[in-house]
Parts: sequence; C-alpha cells; structure tokens
Amino acid sequence: MAEQINLLQEQVQHARSNSRRLNIVGGGTKAFMGRTADPDADKLSLAGHTGIVEYHPVELVLTVRAGTTLKEIEAVLAEQGQCLHFEPPRFGEASTIGGTLACNLSGPARPWAGSVRDQVLGIRLLNGKGEHLRFGGQVMKNVAGYDVSRLQAGAMGTLGVITEISMKVMPKPAATLTLVQDMAMEEAVRYMNRRAGEPKPVTGACWVDGKVYLRLSGARSAVEATAEKWQGSVMGDGEQCWRQIQDMKHNFFGDKNAPLWRFSVGSAANLPVLDGQWMMDWAGAQRWYRGQAALSDLEPMAQAAGGQVSLFSGGDRTGEVIHSQPEALKVIQRRVKQSFDPDRLFNPGRLYSWL
Amino acid sequence: MMAKSKASKAQLAELFRSFIDPEFVITDEETLKPYECDGLAMYRQLPLIVVLPETVEQVQRVMRICHEHEVPVVARGAGTGLSAGAMPHKEGVVLSLAKFDRILGIDPLSRTARLQPGVRNLAISEQAAPYGLYYGPDPSSQIACTIGGNVAENAGGVHCLKYGLTVNNLLSAEVITAEGERVTLGSDGLDSCGMDLLALLTGSEGLLGVVTEVTVKLLPIPEVARVIMAGFASIEKAGDAVGGVINHGIIPGGLEMMDSPAIIAADDFCGAGYPREAKALLLCEIDGTEEEVSEHIAEAEALFRELGATSIRTSKNEQERALLWKGRKSAFPAVGRISPDYYCMDGTIPRRYLAKVLVEMEQVSKEFGLLVANVFHAGDGNLHPLILFDANVPGEFEKAEAFGSKILELCVAVGGCITGEHGVGVEKIRQMAVQFNEQELQQFHNVKAAFDPQGILNPGKGVPTLKFCQEYRSLEHKQHRHEQQGAHHG
Repeated sequence: MAEQINLLQEQVQHARSNSRRLNIVGGGTKAFMGRTADPDADKLSLAGHTGIVEYHPVELVLTVRAGTTLKEIEAVLAEQGQCLHFEPPRFGEASTIGGTLACNLSGPARPWAGSVRDQVLGIRLLNGKGEHLRFGGQVMKNVAGYDVSRLQAGAMGTLGVITEISMKVMPKPAATLTLVQDMAMEEAVRYMNRRAGEPKPVTGACWVDGKVYLRLSGARSAVEATAEKWQGSVMGDGEQCWRQIQDMKHNFFGDKNAPLWRFSVGSAANLPVLDGQWMMDWAGAQRWYRGQAALSDLEPMAQAAGGQVSLFSGGDRTGEVIHSQPEALKVIQRRVKQSFDPDRLFNPGRLYSWL
Repeated sequence: MMAKSKASKAQLAELFRSFIDPEFVITDEETLKPYECDGLAMYRQLPLIVVLPETVEQVQRVMRICHEHEVPVVARGAGTGLSAGAMPHKEGVVLSLAKFDRILGIDPLSRTARLQPGVRNLAISEQAAPYGLYYGPDPSSQIACTIGGNVAENAGGVHCLKYGLTVNNLLSAEVITAEGERVTLGSDGLDSCGMDLLALLTGSEGLLGVVTEVTVKLLPIPEVARVIMAGFASIEKAGDAVGGVINHGIIPGGLEMMDSPAIIAADDFCGAGYPREAKALLLCEIDGTEEEVSEHIAEAEALFRELGATSIRTSKNEQERALLWKGRKSAFPAVGRISPDYYCMDGTIPRRYLAKVLVEMEQVSKEFGLLVANVFHAGDGNLHPLILFDANVPGEFEKAEAFGSKILELCVAVGGCITGEHGVGVEKIRQMAVQFNEQELQQFHNVKAAFDPQGILNPGKGVPTLKFCQEYRSLEHKQHRHEQQGAHHG
C-alpha cells in the first residue's frame, strides 16, 4: 500500500509541476453532486486504494483506506454485530467511504447517531504539496492540534486527497420496528419533534407521501414497550423502507434529472411550502424539495428557517449549487484552501465557483 | 512570529476606555493578579491589560484595535482549563467573557439552547431540565466551566462514549475573527454548506477566533440511569470487563475506572463504600428507558461476574447512584488530601493497551520516586493519571512534569494522543512534536494563518513553532544518547 501512496503522491507532484488540475474520484457514484467537475482536470483515482487497515471491534474503531467501498466496510462490521451508525447513503455498489466523508453524507439516523463528520476520529491526507499527513487519531478523544479531519466533511475534496480514515463504529441495535401513521406535513413537523424530545429509542423520523414514519431501535424490551405506548401501526417492511430512504431509492427521489433541493434547517422550523413535492427526514432538520426554483429565491427561505439550502442533484450545475457565503467566510475559506492546496490542484470549482 | 505591539499600555487602555466602562478595563497589578493563570497554576503570567466587555460590538472593537496594533489577545472564560491555555501574554490583552453569562433562549421543540459564551456548563442542563432536556457533554468542572471554554477545548466528560464531545453537540457559533469580523459558523440545521469551519474552531484553544454566542443541541433526559460498581483483582481483568460490555453491544452512558490508590483515597474522602481491597474499580452507568436499563443492567452484571468481578453492587435508587458516583467525582480532591500537590495529566490510548500502559506507568513511577493514582474514562480510553508530589521540595515539580511527559509519550507510542480533553495550551506544547511531524505542524500553522494572519490570537499556545520543535527534538535526542551511554557505562 505504501507503493500506492507513492503513486498518488507522484501524481500530485506531477500535477503541481505541470500546472495540471486533479479531479479526485473514488467509486464515481457521487459525480452528480457539487458543481460540474472541471473537464480539463486529470483524474486522480482512489478506487484501488482499498482495504481495512485496522479494526478492533472492542475499541469501536475502524481504520480504513479511503477508496474502500461502503459495501465492504458494512460486511466486515456486520460479522462483529457492528455498523456505521450514521447510515451512509449508498448510491451504488462502488460508493466509497472517502467520498462519503468528502460529501458529508449521512442517513436517517443522523440526528441520533451523529453524522459521518461526527464519527471521524482521524485521517491521513495528501495536501497540495504532495505531503502525506496524519491528523487526529484512533481514539475517541483527541484535541491535539486543529480538527483537520472533520474539516474535510463537506469540503468535497478541495483541500486534499483523503487516503485513510479512522472512525467510530457502534453495535447494531438488537431490535428495530417502524410505526407509521397518516399526517399532514405541518402537523408532522411538530409531531416528529415532540417524539424526538421524549426519552425513547427513536432512531428515525421522516415524513413522505402524507405519512409519518418513526423508527425505534435498541433493546427489544424498550422498542416493544415504546411501540405499544405510541400510536401508529407497525410497518411490516419497515427496514426496507428506511433502506430506500437511506440510499435515496425511494419513489420520491425517482427522476434523477429533475432539480432536487435540500434544506438543512432548524428541525421544528416553519418553511413555506412551495408548489412541488416535499419530503422531510431527520425529524424535520433535512427537507427535500423537488421542483423548479432559483437558488437565490430559496436562500432567504432557508435562512429564515435557521439554515441553508443546496441544489443536491439535477438542474443546472454550472452555476453555484450551494448556499452562498458571506464575504468574511469566503475570505477565510479561500485562505484555508490556500493553506492546504496553494496551487489549486484539487477539485477546482467543485464546491464554489470562487474556490 | 508576531511583531511587537505598536501601542503602549496607556494608549491601549485609553482606546478601550473610550467604549468599555473604565471600571472593566483593568491595568493595575493587584487587580490583574487573579487573571495571571487558569486552572494550571504552575504557569503564571501577568497580562498587560484585562478587559471585560459587555456587548458583542465591544468585543469586535477590542479585536479591531488589537489587530490594528498587533496586540496579542487571550480570550478567557472561567479559567478552569488545565493546560495553561488561558495563561495571559505579557504584552497582551486578556479578553474576559465573564459578562456574557445569559441563556438567550431554550427551544424545547427543536431541542436547542442559544447561549452566551460565559454560561456555565451545568447551568444549561439546569435551565433545560423543566423541559425534560439536558446538555450532553459534562466535564468534571461543569459546575464552574463555561460553554465558550468548552468550545475552545472541545470539552468532554463521563458521557462522551455514548453522547459525544462538545463538537458533536454544537450547532453553531458566532465568532469574532482576529480581524474583528463577526461571522456565524454552522446553523440551526444539523450541517451547513461548504467547509466545516465549526469543527475546525471547536477545540482550537482560542487560536482561531473569539466565540460570542453558541447554539447547542439538547437531549431528552433518560427515563432512568443505574450504575454498577464492580471491583476487580487486577487492572487487566477490569480492562477485559470494559471490552466485554462493549463487545456485548451495550454502550454505557458512563464507564469509569479507578486504580487502587484512587479507590482508597476516594473512599476515605466520602465513604462511598468502595471495595478497598480491589485493585481496580469500574463504575458502569446504563441509561435509557426503564425496560432497556433493566435488560442491560442484568446482562452487564452477569458479564462482570463471568469476567471475574470480586464484588458487585448496583444502585437501587437515585441516592445510591449519587453516592457511588460521588467517590469518582471527588477523586481529585480526595487524592489532594493524601498528597501536598498533584499534577493531573490527560492522555488517551486505545483501550486494549490499558494494562500495558498502566504497568509501564508504574515502572516510571518507581524511576521517578513519585506515586501516581489513576482515575479515567475507561469507555473512551482517556487517562487522567494524578502524579503526587510536594511543590515545597525543590525540584519535585520539575520531576512531576518530566514524569508527565513520559506518560504522554507512552500514550503516543501505543497509538494514542497527548491530550483527550484538556488541550495542549502551554503545558503540552513540547509533546506536540512527539505526536506530529514538522509537515503536519506546518499545516497547522498554515490553518492558523488563514484565520489569524498576524498571529494575535492566543500566541504561543497549542501548536509549537518549528524552531522550538527542532530544539526540543535535538535536546531529547541528546538526553536519550546520554541515558544510553549512562546505561552502557554503568
């Protein structure tokens, strides 16, 4: 594997000396995200950089090369009764852990289990000078130096090539059960948040097609007792339904080319209901909107709801696709980019046109 | 390196007094005195000036003035930090946020609290309790420490394994940058677009910005919590028991271990009824619904028995639970009673090396002739060795410090880290060169420069200069060679 790192390092150095740019690619399943990749950039593939580096189930820590697929990771963890608690979306068999972190993708359990960013303990990263650096560690608590590991979540590879990730894993819950009931969208926001405020084993709360779904997971006795207490009918194929939501294969996400907007807002916030289709996950903190709109029109709505909006997939991806930044934060992000990647080698313009 | 300040003390004081109540612009030595150190009193330094602004606009103006005149600024909360992270700069301003102590709002439905940075950690949970909510991270100093300081240090506590650190419980922070800009990192949502500057800020020890407001997540108070106290005849057995519980699929709300000296000191101090003959004691708290706790307590008790517990006691009620925790929570002052002074270290290791590290630590303890008592967060591998010494004996503090350094290096050697929750500050700056190489440290410096091009925020803390590291490494090398030669010759 040292050889592979050397090859990656050489590629970075070659790009640097020849003023080339690099488009970092893992399994290639998230090419639809962010702004359109620079067509002139060379491909830097992580697809071969795979494998579990270290896994001690008792430590609840997994260290893995960035190009390892989620499928492989989940299989290894399942053998020990463990899982990636944040339920990463799998956009295809080839989806990798590195891309999941770079895009900061987490599934339905996110409000309770934390995000991919929350589970990361340490990384190794190739910066724009081709230096292979180690940040964070393999322990739950590590406050030495700046948290460069979590900074990668959502940076979409603009700061460097993530080569290795150490992350927290958790035991699989002993039992899971889903409750479903009919409910209007506005009422569902309040209902999901009220339920999330109760000390019960909730691990999923979403609303789609006029129905609210609550997932309970944990000790069997606790799950059954809570289901008995709360209203709603128990869903037979609950797990299947959550998997579809996790992997964005639910009917709601059907047409891949139509614009899909993602609002990340206060979970109980009021958001004007525009014409189009809506779905709410994360007890209301993540809201999906399928419809024609302009980013500039949606931004004030998102802001009023305490959050931000992005064009998750579809639509025009040559303009800006994520919430605009105030000038002071633009300045800092440009400087942060400069500090990791002074020659702007990595994924230029993928996050913002100005980065 | 930072240039020398372009304004005199008198000039600065006058500038600050033009917009801050003059009573809260402190310049005389007597009144400056209480600010000369944080919780790690061995490191002291009088600042040039202390200011206590009352509004965010005032904080912003302080930063603009300091930026213009290139004056170092050390932001400070309650000063409970244990790594000299809030130690003043002799030519700088201490920016106390003590007056920012208001809870700005609790939203029970969205389970969030908006706070000024000077709000005490415990006060958040107290205010949230009527809504059935609480704030997860619970550093031992929670009665006094402030949320702003918690953000600066990425504070942890007993609950971290299950509920995460400060970084995992933070939604947003309003920050004044080194240049005096007011920005918000994060949002009320669970994530924000672009680079995660909020994660970068958390735990940055006041080197990247001054926090003036935070929004945190609140969690539902568990229906019930019960604690199992289990004594073991060896550290190894207790360590196996920790692994056993986790392997069984149970994630305790708290999982703490104490070694023999700590057990005896704590039991003497508060009569918790700890098994004094045990070589290691585990406190394993299970929280959740009534059903879940009953199920998991029974399973954990059985496991501990199977894994060789010599004594087991499980709390029957809240009073008993509080008593069992009391010993752990007062372990530090309890150890303080059996020794004139103690030096609390903070390092983290992969749990599987627990026994190895403790055995080696005992060896080093003999070499230095100083006793050590261990209290730690077994769930997440965060050790807190307490090195006992007498500051009145010349050279003993230096010995304790050297012993502490060895412990931290031992942590790094097994894949751990030099600080789990106390920060690097001034105290551990030398060990940064043990954990990170020069390219990594340079990358940290570059990140710092992105936020603070002049280097005015808390200079001299957190990340050592490369020159310093080279000198330190060369010194270590010489010492090592000297020791080896000594060993060869004698």
